Amino acid sequence: MPHAATLTLPGAQVAERIRAALPGALRDVQDAFVVLEPASALEAMRVVRDDPVLDGKFLVQLCSVDMITRIDVVYHVSSLAQNHIFELKVPADHERPEVPSVSPLWVGAWLQEREVYDLMGVTFTGHPSLTRLFLWDQFPGHPLRKDFMSLPGGQKSGLSQFPKQVPGQSGQEFRPKQPGTGA
Amino acid sequence: MPITSEPVEVNIGPQHPSTHGVFRMVAKIDGERIVDVKMVVGYLHRSMEKLAEERTFTQNIPFTDRMDYLSSMISNLGYCLSAEKLAGVEVPERAQYLRVIFSELQRIASHLMATGTFINDCGAWQTPVMYCLRDREKVLDLFEMTCGARLTTNYMRIGGVAFDIPDEFLPALDRLVNDDLPGRFEEYDNLLVGNEIIMMRARDVGVVTPELAINASLSGPMLRSAGIAWDIRKADPYCVYDRMKFDLPVGYNGDAYDRMLIRIEEMKQSMRIIRQAMHDLPGGPHKTDVPLALRPPAGEAYSRVESPKGELGFYVVSDGGPAPYRWHVRAPSLINLSVLKEMTVGQTIADAIVTLGSIDINVGEVDR
Repeated sequence: MPHAATLTLPGAQVAERIRAALPGALRDVQDAFVVLEPASALEAMRVVRDDPVLDGKFLVQLCSVDMITRIDVVYHVSSLAQNHIFELKVPADHERPEVPSVSPLWVGAWLQEREVYDLMGVTFTGHPSLTRLFLWDQFPGHPLRKDFMSLPGGQKSGLSQFPKQVPGQSGQEFRPKQPGTGA
Repeated sequence: MPITSEPVEVNIGPQHPSTHGVFRMVAKIDGERIVDVKMVVGYLHRSMEKLAEERTFTQNIPFTDRMDYLSSMISNLGYCLSAEKLAGVEVPERAQYLRVIFSELQRIASHLMATGTFINDCGAWQTPVMYCLRDREKVLDLFEMTCGARLTTNYMRIGGVAFDIPDEFLPALDRLVNDDLPGRFEEYDNLLVGNEIIMMRARDVGVVTPELAINASLSGPMLRSAGIAWDIRKADPYCVYDRMKFDLPVGYNGDAYDRMLIRIEEMKQSMRIIRQAMHDLPGGPHKTDVPLALRPPAGEAYSRVESPKGELGFYVVSDGGPAPYRWHVRAPSLINLSVLKEMTVGQTIADAIVTLGSIDINVGEVDR
């Protein structure tokens, strides 16, 4: 019987189901979310999707948060049949963020993972075509990171702080190098 | 000598009337059939999620106008709900009703635009879209009367709405939903729904199966056309939607024609909601006092509304400061595009245009 209004499952309840199927996949359990081990995140997500109680058939959204010391990839997963929603997080190393892709489980993840890769620089291993979504390939850095504008040398925000290839041609250096590829 | 053929790449967009903005679709075609589709977005990327991190919670409301500029009221509302959830702000009852009225008016305006341009894509050049724009104009007049703006309304506030409605608003709204629009929808039923040319053109085009629709996180008319009765207004009611009586139109085939029918039926249901909300509209304040530099406690909140395109969600993380630490938008237009390849491969280019029109993307929201 579906709930009348969407029920937010507490982290402990989600953790219990994951722990039963895959011990060792959990790093931390909070009130509102559970934190998964990155190494076994894909298997844990498969449990979340196929578990009859959690029934996470619908990936509501996928995004990322820069937590200075690490980068969290945040998943909101929902069950349309039972009308509940819960939250999972996969932490990644700040210097070399790498998280397994969930595109094999949910088709809807592939564009959102490309967005996270583009703006936050998280590499999703196993993604079918991990390229930048919004920005062009030569764009320096990943803008949603908190240290994006605090580049070495105390540079301030604004286009002048980007490395110039041809000094004096202001603005030209940010055009895509290969017009027509859209990259 | 045998005749050989090899696939040709065809660029559709970024500047093309059928792509509804600056959206580029690179279709690889073999003869008439599409064998592969690559989408290129980002021409309208304004890095709103980054900009929002340097502005206060209230200053971020105008950004939401400029995301889905065809449904700015609902984008405003979705963001304000997330900030209210984070800060624990109670919204007065009158404001809740006004929010419902304006959301549904905006849904009518957006669906009219979607239906009109969709039929444009089907090949009925300009006449039906002008009919639709004529009615959308009346809705925008009501917006102008209330908040002074027609497109980027910036009307919702954290804790209520910006202004109370003027005295002449309710009579004008009454004329719109009881006199003007019902007759227009009869016209649409006669002109569009039973139109054999549109049926031939849009049936079995851009089909989504229910399994794919759920697996690909589709939402809005895209999900409902596949036969899944899922609407945030019903499933996770916000404002006073739990007090409103309305039906959920659901399709059977998951094709472009079903999506058009669902949009037309949803507009009629929206009028039903507006009539109830008008009837029940209570008095009282339209806004609670919330400090302009709101500092919600540290934490995170995900709140969602049913926008005309689908589930519009806002994931806001606060560190206790006046600006959000992280502001992420679950853009239904972008996520509905995840299945563009599955929907278009095997079709002709003309059908791909119809498919894209039936998804009803808004590039301002895709790129943000």
